[in-house]
Amino acid sequence: MAEASTPADKRPRVSAAERPLSPHLQIYRPMLTMMMSITHRITGAALYLGSLLLVWWLLALATDARAFQFATDILTSWFGRLVLFGFTLALFTHFMGGLRHFVWDTGRGMEHPQREWLAQATLVGGVGLTLLVWIAAYALR
Amino acid sequence: MVELALPKNSRLTAGKSWPKPAGAANLKEFRIYRWNPDDEANPRIDTYWVDRDDCGPMVLDAIIWIKNKVDPTLTFRRSCREGICGSCAMNIDGTNTLACTKGMDDISGAVKIYPLPHMPVVKDLVPDLTRLYAQHASIEPWLHTDTPPPEKEWRQSPEDRARLDGLYECILCACCSTSCPSYWWNGDRYLGPAVLLQAYRWLIDSRDEATGERLDNLEDPFRLYRCHTIMNCAKACPKGLNPAKAIAEIKNMMLARQV
Repeated sequence: MAEASTPADKRPRVSAAERPLSPHLQIYRPMLTMMMSITHRITGAALYLGSLLLVWWLLALATDARAFQFATDILTSWFGRLVLFGFTLALFTHFMGGLRHFVWDTGRGMEHPQREWLAQATLVGGVGLTLLVWIAAYALR
Repeated sequence: MVELALPKNSRLTAGKSWPKPAGAANLKEFRIYRWNPDDEANPRIDTYWVDRDDCGPMVLDAIIWIKNKVDPTLTFRRSCREGICGSCAMNIDGTNTLACTKGMDDISGAVKIYPLPHMPVVKDLVPDLTRLYAQHASIEPWLHTDTPPPEKEWRQSPEDRARLDGLYECILCACCSTSCPSYWWNGDRYLGPAVLLQAYRWLIDSRDEATGERLDNLEDPFRLYRCHTIMNCAKACPKGLNPAKAIAEIKNMMLARQV
């Protein structure tokens, strides 16, 4: 309506549909709660790959001794251990993130500074549990 | 949809560096997003220098100073200059806030200013908020009643009135909604923190008689449930409100009426 009554030479050269989009993720200051939310997504996706790895190992176990030895050799190589360490880290971080969401779903822990503590706990808990498991695994060898 | 990179027409280019004010001892650097619908160029970042000894303490004081003394084409919205109108909401130093209540002393180094994130830009720091206002209208932010109106006002106990504290103070500046990554990616279908906080304000008003219909209107995988408790909204709110908590309460109301 307003556009039709504005003379053509007075209208902006760029129409409303062609307006630029203001910058977003590129310029927003990283917030801990936001970073942990993104981490929850990434670790959740990583767990799919980790589960496939687990299925492959179980399939090898069910197949025969040679296949199982082959899978074990790969998984216990330095690269295999690195991947398994990442899998454990993703698992525990995602697990702690799930607990945090469970608390938030009840409407609790959303105020400042509790929400920061919960985000920090997700990070510290995820890394801590991972280290615990790996220290225990090496100690029991 | 998640789109990390900006569209081609929105990518930032280097802008103009404006001269430092002559004889000023106490300078503050400003890097400000500029885009003009008339010159068919991409957005750019201009650099300005503000004489702190000649200017008030707030970021709004500084951009008004720039507009008056350096570059009259710099465009932004402002009105009350005391944090109650919500006009001067913008992204300052990486977070959404009101320019009039953000002190320059709180920012170390250059002050970077962008329009509210992931919004169509009308000009410079002025975003197009049409969609947000339409979403606000969609939750019908007024009292709904079936019983005949009382002779005087609709009464409310002090306790019931107190339940609106932390909600009624919202000035609809849009700092929260435009800080939310979920609203960035799905703003066409997700209502966003500002509108959902308003929705909750009417859901828990003891005088309102349309709670069921209001919840029906929100029962949707996108409108309400795109909130993933990222919490940027609660951190951005210049009035210290907590939209994330209001949204969690709405989700619990949904659950409570099903059991």
